[in-house]
Amino acid sequence: MNIRIIPRLDIKGPNLVKGIHFEGLRVLGKPEYFARYYYENGADELLYMDAVASLYGRNSLLEIVEKTAREIFIPLTVGGGLRSVDDIKAVLRAGADKVSLNTAAIARPELIREASRAFGSSTIVVSIEAIRLPNGQYEAYVNYGRERTNINVFDWAKQAVELGAGELMVTSIDREGTGKGFDLELIRRIAQNVSVPVIAGGGAGKLEDIHQVIINGHADAVCLASILHYNSIRHYHATNEDYSQEGNTEFIKNVKGFSLIQDAALPDVKSYLIQRQVDCRWPIPA
Amino acid sequence: MNYLAPKVAIVDFGLGNLYSVQHACRHVNLDAEITTSRDAILNANAVILPGVGAYADAMNALHRLDLVTVLREFAACGKPFLGVCLGMQLLMTESQEFGRSEGLDIIKGSVIPFGEPREGDRKLKVPQIGWNQIHASENTIKWDNTILNGLSQDEYMYFVHSFVVAPENPGIALSMTGYGDVSFCSSLQVGNIFACQFHPERSGKKGLQIYQNFAAFLDKAV
Repeated sequence: MNIRIIPRLDIKGPNLVKGIHFEGLRVLGKPEYFARYYYENGADELLYMDAVASLYGRNSLLEIVEKTAREIFIPLTVGGGLRSVDDIKAVLRAGADKVSLNTAAIARPELIREASRAFGSSTIVVSIEAIRLPNGQYEAYVNYGRERTNINVFDWAKQAVELGAGELMVTSIDREGTGKGFDLELIRRIAQNVSVPVIAGGGAGKLEDIHQVIINGHADAVCLASILHYNSIRHYHATNEDYSQEGNTEFIKNVKGFSLIQDAALPDVKSYLIQRQVDCRWPIPA
Repeated sequence: MNYLAPKVAIVDFGLGNLYSVQHACRHVNLDAEITTSRDAILNANAVILPGVGAYADAMNALHRLDLVTVLREFAACGKPFLGVCLGMQLLMTESQEFGRSEGLDIIKGSVIPFGEPREGDRKLKVPQIGWNQIHASENTIKWDNTILNGLSQDEYMYFVHSFVVAPENPGIALSMTGYGDVSFCSSLQVGNIFACQFHPERSGKKGLQIYQNFAAFLDKAV
């Protein structure tokens, strides 16, 4: 089985942003540029996550999705603020292949059933954002990591699959943006107990973290953000003269000073995995 | 551009992302229209039947839209016809997905569950979602003059499926793919009819090559 490496692009208005624990979002540049760069460097899929659920706002998300779908021929998942079957239809019409649901699915789990009936299970990814509790349990959070739910993530994961989720994306909010490595226990306990693929997210700081979540977390796919973005932003700045208008380099410089993240390019990630006998799409197609 | 791009009808029965198929067609200069119209389909130079989701729902939708005989007629007329993913499975005689469902019966064979694919001691997830390699089948040594023309052996394509096709005549398989210990027919060709289990429109530049090849068949047929 080939592991998928999925760059995650968090989007606020027209910009790619990145935070820590989903907070303190900083602008890195234009998402279309990063998407294209990742496509050409061997990304297996792309994930766009609207950080401010702006679907009803400036509509920039739909424009970005449309533009991306015209020139990028790998699967694109779009999430953030999708509340109904009609919302899902709108992003699919714009060119997304799958949607990711969290807040609205927790508020009304039947949405998963309705959406998977209308568009096929394989179109519906349920995103689970979790915080570890002192007792070793995990609680699901909604609204981009801002609101607690009192829902146990392991129960919710099973229910989401029974309702028709085609995949689960599991993100540790504790680890998100920190570079401290994935929450292996969280990922493994879900991956071993559901029949559908699990995409691990939140925490990659170095190549070995990615290897670990595949081997010990039993992840079927891995979502990466900071570790890739902090690498590609150098390429972005080298090729975009007016980057200073768009990208916040101070953030990267400051973060790099004290963070645990050792940035890497997609081919570095894949060749590292291949050397360790983890199958993935390799080499990068010319 | 003076050249009038050949018209491709992308059959819309309500399931699946038709837009990525349309984008891929446009990328190779095919004028593709998403349609449910019988006339648009019968007058097209080529037809693409895409789709994701449940087999019975898809067949019900095709019956409701009165497209079953239209698709059979089109397939019989000799113009290029491409089935993608569920669209490949719908071409078969029948499916065993949740009981038994009749298919379009354009290609003899059935659609069967993956079973329980294993890799070493690990049970693999079903549906298969992700990239996997295509290999020439025993009967097809070379892909020249097929829809896989120009692709190398072991090329990666993007798959999303829980069921696989088992053609009555295994000789029509163009490629085979292994998922754990299960080997299945991942693409086939019978005359003017092409089908692939993977999504060429989501398989990067190599997938677009397949659309390019389809366009070349169309040029010959027009």
